[in-house]
Amino acid sequence: MEPIRKHEGLVYPLNRSNVDTDQIIPKQFLKRIERQGFGQFLFYNWRFHHDGSQKEDFSLNQPKYDGTSILVAGENFGCGSSREHAPWALEDYGFKVILAPSFADIFFNNCIKNGILAVTLPEEEISQLIQKAENETYHLTADLKNQVIYDNEGFKTSFEVNDYQKEMLINGWDDISVTLTHENKIKQYESKKVGV
Amino acid sequence: MTQPKTIVEKIWDQHVVHLEKGKPDLLYIDLHLIHEVTSPQAFEGLRMNDRSVRRPERTYATMDHNVPTRERHIIKDAVSKKQMETLKQNCDEFGIPLADIDHPDQGIVHVIGPELGLTQPGKTIVCGDSHTSTHGAFGALAFGIGTSEVEHVLATQTLWQAPPKTLNVKVNGELGTGVTAKDLILAVIGKYGVRFGTGYVIEYTGDAIRSLTMEQRMTVCNMSIEAGARAGLISPDETTVEYLRGKRHVPEGQAFDEARDEWLALASDEGAVYDHTLEIDASEIEPQVTWGTNPGMCLPVSASVPDPAEATTDNKRAEIEHALNYMDLQPNQPISDIAIEHVFIGSCTNSRISDLQKAAEIVRGKTVHSSVTAIVVPGSQSVKQQAEAEGLDVVFKQAGFEWRDAGCSMCLAMNDDVIPPGERCASTSNRNFEGRQGTDARTHLVSPEMAAAAAITGHFTDVRQFTNALQH
Ligand code: SF4
Repeated sequence: MEPIRKHEGLVYPLNRSNVDTDQIIPKQFLKRIERQGFGQFLFYNWRFHHDGSQKEDFSLNQPKYDGTSILVAGENFGCGSSREHAPWALEDYGFKVILAPSFADIFFNNCIKNGILAVTLPEEEISQLIQKAENETYHLTADLKNQVIYDNEGFKTSFEVNDYQKEMLINGWDDISVTLTHENKIKQYESKKVGV
Repeated sequence: MTQPKTIVEKIWDQHVVHLEKGKPDLLYIDLHLIHEVTSPQAFEGLRMNDRSVRRPERTYATMDHNVPTRERHIIKDAVSKKQMETLKQNCDEFGIPLADIDHPDQGIVHVIGPELGLTQPGKTIVCGDSHTSTHGAFGALAFGIGTSEVEHVLATQTLWQAPPKTLNVKVNGELGTGVTAKDLILAVIGKYGVRFGTGYVIEYTGDAIRSLTMEQRMTVCNMSIEAGARAGLISPDETTVEYLRGKRHVPEGQAFDEARDEWLALASDEGAVYDHTLEIDASEIEPQVTWGTNPGMCLPVSASVPDPAEATTDNKRAEIEHALNYMDLQPNQPISDIAIEHVFIGSCTNSRISDLQKAAEIVRGKTVHSSVTAIVVPGSQSVKQQAEAEGLDVVFKQAGFEWRDAGCSMCLAMNDDVIPPGERCASTSNRNFEGRQGTDARTHLVSPEMAAAAAITGHFTDVRQFTNALQH
């Protein structure tokens, strides 16, 4: 997993609440057995017509958002299915940071496991950021080490992150190797509680 | 006296392997259920890092999301076929028991776990599927995980988890006649929204919950995730014990009696403290129908579709407009006027034997409306077998329903069971998201009884009037 300490990028605003993982990546794309290559299917039903041509009116298709890497969305982002294909698709498309007033639990966890920084910000700040990114070419910087998000026009806000998740993200750690350092404890537990 | 505890605290305490300040707890996982869609990349990860499956005997796999529900062996989609073959290869390679497509135990993962007695009170249960909350009906702590976590559990039989907050959803009173467990949970989500459970484990308590059967409890716990909660559970009682007696993986004889005592002791103590409590009166609940594109957009069948003009905020208005547009509904249109083209009875929410029995009672001796295509997809091959032994297949087929093999089917339409664009379905499943049952398909969530009644009349019909009319 790629470490993430500080990221500066173009903001894409998605002014919708309750965006579910069926919208992020529709089920017809869950059949692949690889981890890569899901970015092309991101928000598929919003981005494409039945015949596969692009829907011009869906904002992510507009050239001004080419190269975006920071997604700002409405509350309860990532609700619904546990499919990790959702963060895979977001990551593969180029998103490194997601900002929203709230996230669904499983989705939030899945982001951390894939090196995506998901940050909860107050609703007013999110609306403000969405508005800016809708009206202009707007860049933000997310500094995980110092737990702040800022632009170069004077906006600056701090955010909360759990220490453990911060450590995992900053180091790009795979948590299986961390867990396996506790092998003795797992063995002890098993011999006591479940029998070996 | 020791501090009274909730069932969640008791299960948690029994499963902590390692505690460290500033970190989540390392929790032991008793049972890991697996299916074909969310596991391939996890096995691939194990291979890449030269890791093995720590406890294959605590792992159980089946195929459900992709499987065809008619002509089982004709898997038209090469990618689906590949995914199913990959699961088989992975289970062979790592020594994991698998109920594959030819196996008599095959079925939806959340139907077969309880059926086989793998699901038991006090267990920690995970699966790469958000409806794992279903198993909470037994007083197990069961929740959905992503594929990286699937890999983590395969390799270590543990998970890092922060202790959850607890939410007591207390359902007082008694459900009226014709009102089901599905209506109960839809009404709760309709009342409190799709986010109230986020960050919590829900414990369902109260008289109305106590009087539910195990299958009804599974329907309730199943939809906890639609309220945002990763897990929902119900303290075990005699109903739980009696359901488990004699199930294949449940201990027998004296061991059963001992297990029984342990199970019952898990129930939340009198005076246990929850982080939050919500109450609802069961007697006020009517049969429900969803009208929008998330399960919280739900109303009694006697109501009318909401009018965006009456929304209290701009955001809400936009949300309602967007949903009505997708669903092709008019503001203030009576829900009972909505005509449907499809009926789907199935999914891990409502595909167990009692669901099929109830639906069959409604359709017995009737005919499916000429403009409706209706299918019944039993939750497991063993539910199917039992239904056939009771002659339910004949009841459904004579009425004009199709009778299929077990699988997820039209709940998420990953196999060939897809609703065509623009068409409308009364579905007993759990999600009415855009495109869930097919691109541009429109889903209305209902109970099996309501789905059966809609199949006959061609539009939503209050099943209570329907049954009354039948008696007269
Ligand atoms: S029936 Fe539907 S909700 Fe249940 S496991 Fe299958 S796809 Fe998921």
